[in-house]
Amino acid sequence: MTTRRRFLQGAGSIVLYFNIAPTSVVAAQATAVDLPGSLAANPDLDTWLSISADGWVTLSPGKCELGQGIQTALAQIAAEELDVSFTRVRVANVDTAVSPNEAYTNGSRSVELSGAAVRAAAAEVRAILIELAADKLAVDSEKIDVRNGVFLVGGVQTALDYGAVVTDRSLSRKATGSALPKHRDHYRIVGKSLPRIDISGKVFAEAAYIQDIRMAGMLHARVVRSGDRDAKLQLPTELDAVWKLPGVVKIVRDGTFLAVVSEREEQAVNAAKALARLCQWETAELPLQERTISEWLKKAPADVKTVAERASIGPGEVTRTVSAVYSRPFQAHASMSPSMAIAYRSDDQLTVWSHTQGVFMLRGAIAKLVGLDEASVRLINAEAAGCYGHNGADDAAADAALIAMQVPGRPIRLQWSRADEFLGEPYGSAMSTKISAGLNASGTIVDWQCDVWSGTHSIRPAGAKRAGNLLAARQIAKPLPLPAVGNIPQPRGGADRNAVPLYAFASHRITKHLVAQMPLRVSALRGLGAYMNVFAIESFMDEIAYAEGVDAIEFRIRHLQDRRAIGVLEKLREQMAAADFDSEVPLAGVGIAMAQYKNSGAYCAIAMRVIVDSASGQIKLDRALCAVDIGLVINPDGAINQIEGGVIQSSSWTVKEQVRLGNAGVESIDWASYPILTFPEVPQVEVVLMEQPNEPSLGVGEAAQGPTAAAIANAVASATGMRIRDLPLTPARLQKP
Amino acid sequence: MTINLTVNHKQVQLDIEPDTPLLFALRNDLQLNGPKFGCGVAQCGACTVLVDGNPVRSCVMPVVAVAGRAVLTLEGLGNRQQPHRLQSAFIKEQAMQCGYCSNGMMMTAAALLQKNKTPTDEQIRSALRGNLCRCGAHGRIVRAVGAAARSEQKGDAS
Repeated sequence: MTTRRRFLQGAGSIVLYFNIAPTSVVAAQATAVDLPGSLAANPDLDTWLSISADGWVTLSPGKCELGQGIQTALAQIAAEELDVSFTRVRVANVDTAVSPNEAYTNGSRSVELSGAAVRAAAAEVRAILIELAADKLAVDSEKIDVRNGVFLVGGVQTALDYGAVVTDRSLSRKATGSALPKHRDHYRIVGKSLPRIDISGKVFAEAAYIQDIRMAGMLHARVVRSGDRDAKLQLPTELDAVWKLPGVVKIVRDGTFLAVVSEREEQAVNAAKALARLCQWETAELPLQERTISEWLKKAPADVKTVAERASIGPGEVTRTVSAVYSRPFQAHASMSPSMAIAYRSDDQLTVWSHTQGVFMLRGAIAKLVGLDEASVRLINAEAAGCYGHNGADDAAADAALIAMQVPGRPIRLQWSRADEFLGEPYGSAMSTKISAGLNASGTIVDWQCDVWSGTHSIRPAGAKRAGNLLAARQIAKPLPLPAVGNIPQPRGGADRNAVPLYAFASHRITKHLVAQMPLRVSALRGLGAYMNVFAIESFMDEIAYAEGVDAIEFRIRHLQDRRAIGVLEKLREQMAAADFDSEVPLAGVGIAMAQYKNSGAYCAIAMRVIVDSASGQIKLDRALCAVDIGLVINPDGAINQIEGGVIQSSSWTVKEQVRLGNAGVESIDWASYPILTFPEVPQVEVVLMEQPNEPSLGVGEAAQGPTAAAIANAVASATGMRIRDLPLTPARLQKP
Repeated sequence: MTINLTVNHKQVQLDIEPDTPLLFALRNDLQLNGPKFGCGVAQCGACTVLVDGNPVRSCVMPVVAVAGRAVLTLEGLGNRQQPHRLQSAFIKEQAMQCGYCSNGMMMTAAALLQKNKTPTDEQIRSALRGNLCRCGAHGRIVRAVGAAARSEQKGDAS
């Protein structure tokens, strides 16, 4: 039986729908057919799709909306395969109680994995419902077609629609993979720039975000912590200065984990300030400074691994060797909404609403943290501002859970401050990359040696075993052990993501130096190591091309065998000619760069034009052109939006962003101490998507991060003759002689 | 204390501490979703509302400071039945990714269009310079504001 009910609904709040999953009666056993994408691990059709008697389709994927438009793309795929109107598809938020487990929404793989599952599931649901209609209409199922959810026989519309044939148990079966999805020539919905399903609600200030969930009896909480999670705390036992404040319900202390709970939000803010005044934190001094990061990384104990090696050149072939070292600082996700969560402890259940990227993974970690079994914890996803990777979302959810365990019976709304987010989020790791290239007598690169030094790019609290990765897990009186740092192997790679060049050099060796213990907490930031590695590779390619006197695009193409990589570069060349990028503009420079994200995702080539004021060192980002190949495109405008945003965000990282470090630790606590690009500073971005409908869809979300950085550095070199190899490209670095 | 003000053209009475940030009064007491908590220190603009037609950062504005004044939030700017031209343009241009900053963009732009009916792209960028967007939807936002201005010039109903 499938039911749907309203949960904890309040005025002006999000209506939370969820399905109570049936104990499936398996009607059809899985066959030997390999189920595509996430369907293999989640074969129950009714976890993905349900259809109501009035014909509404509810799609329930396991991937989270992060502002990237995934719900829209998946709804398009479902509507296409089901032959229903796109406007009849609703998409449910991910919920451990009902959704398929698709682990994390990361790595730009949602269309690939979830999209493939939704396509196959929807095609099979359509086939099942056609069989049911065939029985009712007493005609052969092969004569039945569907349009807008209504059955047709011999092209003539019947009175029967999906809603009329579907029953509670129709979809209670395992996918078999037996239904053939549509041929792309018949697509009417996939491939169209349909408006995103969430945008109008956001524009009209309807309840759209986790911040808009308001529950009866909800209390407000704030945490009080030091930027150093291992800091020792001295706190008087007498906390009257806090208790005497209006509205204070609870002061939570567990080890050095501190929080206040109040009736009203401003009361919680005031109580947290008062509590913070009583705290004396003893923090450890950072072992590095901003300017010593690279040195420190190279000396720190590291796990050294050769991640790719190809040796096929003979002795004497290399006639000249050049090398360069590049670096990147710690950088922040800096989401527009500081992390928050709502947690509700009732009887034997703990329910947590979170803007996490992975409800199932976080459920295990939180269960372990609070000492409940996993079945007693439910995680429900709701959207917040874009996260761009592993930000404070999971940590705030854990904080809320810890607090709720001590204040049962009332929903706890925990809100981090802006400073909590800047100090608490795991940063994108600082990195250093050294490349040596060996050229032969004709100026071709035949040998490529690359060493990457970096902290981890993955400390997600992925289940109970990795609960120690949660920020609070190290603070509580009985701290959880810190798991070994995540090491994502090739071909995806973490620190070494995109470190293996796409270029067909005769010989190469890539070595990863993964620093085990970083002085700051670091994890996945959009693109992981790819941002830095592509910056380094594509800067260096440019340097060599310039030294060899060869056109930057031509030099790259000479070293490529991948026809799609060549394709985006050739397209970019056309765009540059059309945009008159070759003409001389005073003080301006143009730089290009290209990469295939993870060497398996989207191809992205970018040309950036900058204008540099040599006196001030200020870089004006003028205009960016992008040629992108993502195979079959589900929603072109959505994909273009991702690239435009990627270019602008990476531009911001590249010319402005670094986590500021002082003797007392991190000094970036707000937008003044961590500035990002503003409206007058962003480049104009133009994106061309190449038509590749016969190729599988490739993830687009992170493709622009690396190429943008190198394109800017190459443009600056072209404008000024100065090669800046250390990010960010600040005015101070450009003023150096 | 009791504070009277006008919110979205309606008289409202709040029993509230006078130094409560206006943002909390709007979001928590009046259950409005438009203004967003982004930084709490008037740096990002996500919480922008109009007070007597001028954009203000509601996260640092004590509610007592708007007693007797007229507050307009995104809800009051327009709705599905009668969308403001900026709201229509933001939908048409799909001018967001996550949309968390959109409130501040539309409210700040609404104040701009009151003063300048025909802003250039440069003037739009300048007006929005204090509003941060992390997703990089800037180009679309500027296009949407420009389109909204032009639709007004043409005398569109919205």
